[in-house]
Amino acid sequence: MSTSKVLKRLWFVFSSLLSPFPQGFDPPHQSDTRTVYVANRFPEHGHYIPQRFADNRIISSKYTIWNFVPKNLFEQFRRIANFYFLIIFLVQLMIDTPTSPVTSGLPLLFVITVTAIKQGYEDWLRHKADNEVNGAPVFVVRSGSLVQTRSKNIRVGDIVRVAKDETFPADLVLLSSDRADGTCHITTASLDGETNLKTHFSVPETSVCQSVSQLEALQAVVECQQPEADLYRFVGRVTVTQHGEEIVRPLGPENLLLRGARLKNTKEIFGVAVYTGMESKMALNYKCKSQKRSAVEKSMNTFLIIYLVILLSEAVLSTILKYAWQSEDEWNEPFYNQKTEQERNSSPILQFISDFLAFLVLYNFIIPISLYVTVEMQKFLGSFFIGWDLDLYHEESNQKAQVNTSDLNEELGQVEYLFTDKTGTLTENEMQFRECSINGIKYREMNGKLVPEGMTGDSPGGSSPQLVIHTNSCCTKLMSEELLFLKAVSLCHTVQISYNQSESWLGGDPFSHTNSFSFSHMEYYAASPDEKALVEATRRIGVAFTGCSGDTMEINTFGKTEKYKLLHVLEFDPNRRRMSVILETPSGGKMLFTKGAESAVLPFTTTGEIEKTRLHVDEFALKGLRTLVVACRHFSPKEYIDVDKRLMSARTALQRREEKLQQAFAHIENHLHLLGATGVEDKLQDKVPETIEVLRRAGIKIWVLTGDKHETAVSVSLSCGHFHRTMNILELLQQRSDNECAEQLRRLARRIKEDHVIQHGLVVDGASLSLALREHEKLFMEVCKNCSAVLCCRMAPLQKAKVVRLLKTSPEKPITLAVGDGANDVSMIQEAHVGIGIMGKEGRQAVRNSDYAIARFKFLAKLLLVHGHFYYIRIATLVQYFFYKNVCFITPQFLYQFFCLFSQQTLYDSVYLTLYNICFTSLPILVYSLFEQLVHPDILQAKPSLYRDISKNSLLSFRTFLYWTMLGFTHAFVFFFGSYLLMGEDTSLMSNGQMFGNWTFGTLVFTVMVITVTLKLALETQFWTWMNHFVTWGSIAFYFIFSLFYGGIIWPFLHTQDMYFVFVQLLSCGSAWFAIVIIVITCLFPEVMKKVLYRHLCPTSTQKSQVTTSSQILCPEPRASWAKLGRRFEIR
Amino acid sequence: MKQSNRIKAMVKEEQEESSNRPDNTAFTQQRLPAWQPILSASIVIPMFVLIGAAFIGVGVALFITSRDIQLQELDYTGDDSEHPCFKCRTNTEKCTCSMTFSIPTLFKGPVFFYYGLTNYFQNQRKYGASKDDNQLYGDLNYFTSPSTDCDPYTRDSKNMPIVPCGALANSMFNDTFTLSHTVNGVQKIVPLDGKGIAWWTDYNIKYRNPSITPLINAFNGTKKPTNWPKPIYELDTTDVYNNGFINQDFLVWMRRAALPDFRKLYRRITHDDYAAGLPAGNYTLTIAYNYPVHSFNGKKKVVLSNVSWMGGKNDFLGIAYIVVGSMCVVMSIVMLIVYARFKFGEDD
Repeated sequence: MSTSKVLKRLWFVFSSLLSPFPQGFDPPHQSDTRTVYVANRFPEHGHYIPQRFADNRIISSKYTIWNFVPKNLFEQFRRIANFYFLIIFLVQLMIDTPTSPVTSGLPLLFVITVTAIKQGYEDWLRHKADNEVNGAPVFVVRSGSLVQTRSKNIRVGDIVRVAKDETFPADLVLLSSDRADGTCHITTASLDGETNLKTHFSVPETSVCQSVSQLEALQAVVECQQPEADLYRFVGRVTVTQHGEEIVRPLGPENLLLRGARLKNTKEIFGVAVYTGMESKMALNYKCKSQKRSAVEKSMNTFLIIYLVILLSEAVLSTILKYAWQSEDEWNEPFYNQKTEQERNSSPILQFISDFLAFLVLYNFIIPISLYVTVEMQKFLGSFFIGWDLDLYHEESNQKAQVNTSDLNEELGQVEYLFTDKTGTLTENEMQFRECSINGIKYREMNGKLVPEGMTGDSPGGSSPQLVIHTNSCCTKLMSEELLFLKAVSLCHTVQISYNQSESWLGGDPFSHTNSFSFSHMEYYAASPDEKALVEATRRIGVAFTGCSGDTMEINTFGKTEKYKLLHVLEFDPNRRRMSVILETPSGGKMLFTKGAESAVLPFTTTGEIEKTRLHVDEFALKGLRTLVVACRHFSPKEYIDVDKRLMSARTALQRREEKLQQAFAHIENHLHLLGATGVEDKLQDKVPETIEVLRRAGIKIWVLTGDKHETAVSVSLSCGHFHRTMNILELLQQRSDNECAEQLRRLARRIKEDHVIQHGLVVDGASLSLALREHEKLFMEVCKNCSAVLCCRMAPLQKAKVVRLLKTSPEKPITLAVGDGANDVSMIQEAHVGIGIMGKEGRQAVRNSDYAIARFKFLAKLLLVHGHFYYIRIATLVQYFFYKNVCFITPQFLYQFFCLFSQQTLYDSVYLTLYNICFTSLPILVYSLFEQLVHPDILQAKPSLYRDISKNSLLSFRTFLYWTMLGFTHAFVFFFGSYLLMGEDTSLMSNGQMFGNWTFGTLVFTVMVITVTLKLALETQFWTWMNHFVTWGSIAFYFIFSLFYGGIIWPFLHTQDMYFVFVQLLSCGSAWFAIVIIVITCLFPEVMKKVLYRHLCPTSTQKSQVTTSSQILCPEPRASWAKLGRRFEIR
Repeated sequence: MKQSNRIKAMVKEEQEESSNRPDNTAFTQQRLPAWQPILSASIVIPMFVLIGAAFIGVGVALFITSRDIQLQELDYTGDDSEHPCFKCRTNTEKCTCSMTFSIPTLFKGPVFFYYGLTNYFQNQRKYGASKDDNQLYGDLNYFTSPSTDCDPYTRDSKNMPIVPCGALANSMFNDTFTLSHTVNGVQKIVPLDGKGIAWWTDYNIKYRNPSITPLINAFNGTKKPTNWPKPIYELDTTDVYNNGFINQDFLVWMRRAALPDFRKLYRRITHDDYAAGLPAGNYTLTIAYNYPVHSFNGKKKVVLSNVSWMGGKNDFLGIAYIVVGSMCVVMSIVMLIVYARFKFGEDD
């Protein structure tokens, strides 16, 4: 068994385990193909083995009512933090620990419930959507009549009827349509966003079955490959039995109607379901969610581990000290606190372990339990702001920014390298035909005329060959090459036409109308904007493509209609980078027209003005035009028979069809006669140079990766400001061998050192790049790093991803961002840390696979500089603050052990332990992390350098982390020893001379802590909306109200009433109030000091710009600060 | 131009209902009105000066208040062989000793009489948990089957349930004191008031005797704590409202101390003769020495103290306020220097 088969089998096993409905591929049927009997008419005799297929239910939901609880719990406990708390909870259940299991069980329950509610809600939405889809009515041919049923009941082999404008309920092989030629039009907008009409075909033998009764008589078997996710690949064949004779026809993607696509311009079609439900191509594409993790999350996990180490060492230290202390008898068992028999007799090792676990439980809150759930909520809620942003809304296309994953919000603020596609990303992808070169002469289009170089449109005549065509004038002057070129351009394409009054010709012969039609009523739809621009241009000039019906293409050359029979289309593919059509001319000759990138066509041309054209192509490219080369080939009848045979055999092959097709194409597209070249202009998008400049000032290095020619790419680079005129442009082009490449790289490295130019730009082409990457990665990286702009041209999609990976894995591990709009950018988008899709004209593939999608390149500036900045500071502070507040929380408890014989006495009551993280201190930080703005968004955009202040994950660097942790410890010491000193020799603090107990002491520490921790966040807050005020003061007020309430009642279900009236007693004594004030101020006063001194001694640019913001917006008179003092006092 | 675009867009919006245009509200555009304070020297310096001045003022007041409080501390552990209580130190029998001391000036009333223990860990977890709040609430069901938290003080050697159970109750402090004033060579007993030494809520709500009279009947089938000389219902036979679980000495003991060196309120001196305070003169403290602290090197002491509105003598608060207040002032001077030197740089 070959490896691929083994892998495939593994995959099946794996997928059947994963999918909610095991698809049950019985071992004997694990073949590479599936056999579908049309209308499920199985052969009555013979070797028929039934195959099992999935039903047509779409299940995008993860859970059912029955498995939600166990499955969701399982998934949540796979998270390390949740699992940790589960363990702690179980430890508490099993052994005698200082706190009841409720103290860690309740927060855990809270966290789990919040997450489960969120996930349950999302799943409920999916269920609803699924039910809608699965319950949709469909028409199926069963036992000779049309039966209405629900979508989920469609089985593989059913013949399904779909009417106009309906979507296909399963992947169908087209059997017949209401048109005589058995074609239909569809749009795949919901699948890949391509809005153009696509023609799909049926095989002639089935296309005649246009009625239910005829279909009833149809005897056909479809064999095709097993389901796969690629939307554009389908290999199969249909065997039709007619009059006892089996006719085999090939099936390709053009015969397959994908689930989710929509039928257009066709009244109804019949198709046989081949892939259903979860096996349809649309469903198979559901998966592939990127599993990217942000840098913040990574550092968060590192910090968690550090805290785990702190926790363990504290527990170990306490346990050891406990035993050191207990080695003296008087402390082991003082007379007033004797042990039980059981305790005396238990083994010391078990004792030791259980003590260790008890300490672990006592200190376990140092790991912030609600960190994950808060981060998740913050990301989920915070990401709405991107979609809501009006500045990221594109008026013309009515598209707003789209967030596909909220996990990477903060990564937007960390980008160091930006990889961008050119076409459609930097440019509009709105093509305008500008110039062409025909037979070695350059022409420019002016007012619907082609004017040779050096001529104006109004001065015809002269001796040189020229082409001045008035639409109505005679075409005597037209040279045959020029006409042929125009015809080639208007015939060699896959453009569709939509007539504005299209209803009238529906179902009829389109050509009957063409004469009475004025061209303006036609609209071209094309997958590639270049093709559309070219066909439109030839129409303007006078050779109009007017329609395509079945296998006949019609053009109108200066009023004369010509019909060409379309014999074959050699489709475009990105590797070949050309496409061809084979036509039968009206005169009966067979002709091939080829159109493609110059590097993909010129090598195969043998005749024509090759050298001149090459020069012209380079000139076009220098102007920033996109170039295509057009060539043709005449076939002799004998040649054509050979060609036809090759193509047929390749197309019907079930095995390795692609490969065979490539071979056939390569054989056919050869010995070409060069006709000329076209130059199409792609306009730059709005504000691209400004955006690039702004991003560069933000410290982001920009690499342009394009499939275009080197000259085109450089000129676009220059026009969009990626390259400057002052830049020293280094070139690494057309390297043929390793040595040559290394030599060139070394030369470049030397030039960088020697040339005293500030900025360098590097141009690399695909071939040289792969050479450079193969052997000289380091050298190449060195050169790249010294260049402020890099341009890679002639890049294949995978090469783009490779470049991204190269940068990503370089020693500095920079954060990369990839922007692109087309399918060729998908791999790069998925590879980069953050992938951004541009909602352009090239379909939605890039958008679907991206993490964020925006309508225009210029939105990147706000997305990164403002949103990225906001999200980063928010989440960074959130993470640091969480660790800080938990250190503050637990350290006093640790310190208290030194005063209570390491007996694991808790300092705070269990209820306080439980609620600290989920009630008293949770909301202010959540609101902070949703609304904080260090600097006004306008200033962030105006001063891109502020972006550098937060680069390299600076707010989560180890130093800052250490600062926050040390701050936490310091504050904890102040809380604890402040309260300790207050108690002094245990003097009474009450005016009636009565004494406090241990719980009052703990409550004092806790009160001070809640206030300090909340105010510390208040000090960090720069942007006080009413919500911040509400939650900050509200949290403190809530703590007081809750404590009064909690301590004011004898709780019948509580085991002990330790806290009864403790809080009231505490507040009733004046010293406690004075103590709270002094301890809180002592904690925060150095903070304020530090902030002020830093601000004045070495202000960061962020702080500087804050001053300008506030002086502009808030206080026009800085000296008015005295008046504001009262208010400012509040925040301390 | 922009204007016309906007109008066009609005018209378009009316036409198309499915417009994706985000709402233009302050909330969605993250432009909520917000107060953006900046902690700069110009604000912080005056603030610090103000706070510093206020703190120094408060600190001085607190310090003076604390200084005015009188304190008389008598260690009666008897570690020193010269000490009158030395003989009682290891004696397990009933032992009485007395100490004399003099008060030079009037000890202003009301005077509070504390006993203090050191090195005594009332805050151990097992010790603190070793009680049954339901028993103490007077719930008879828990008299016969006390909570196992009380182990090993749940049942005595004959497996009889102990009420009140647990280590905390069992180890109740049982030294008693009498204070006498030498007036003209005659010892005059200073009356000590045992009321109002426990928290009001403990006395009235949290602890309750079972509603059975006489109280003794409620304790049928139970035993007294092993260390106790007499059962709980005989703690104060003279006063039903100070007997059983609501005996205030018991309540004071049951509110365990936070730290190993602690004081507990023993009596208040409120009798008419001494309402104004203890007059200057010689006093004798007679101690019925029962409680053993020798085994863990503990110390026992008696503290006489009067209180202010802020409680007993406590210099810490006053000093802390003065220190932090002065630091605020000093730091504001430092900041002023920094501000003066760097302000102009900032303006550039």
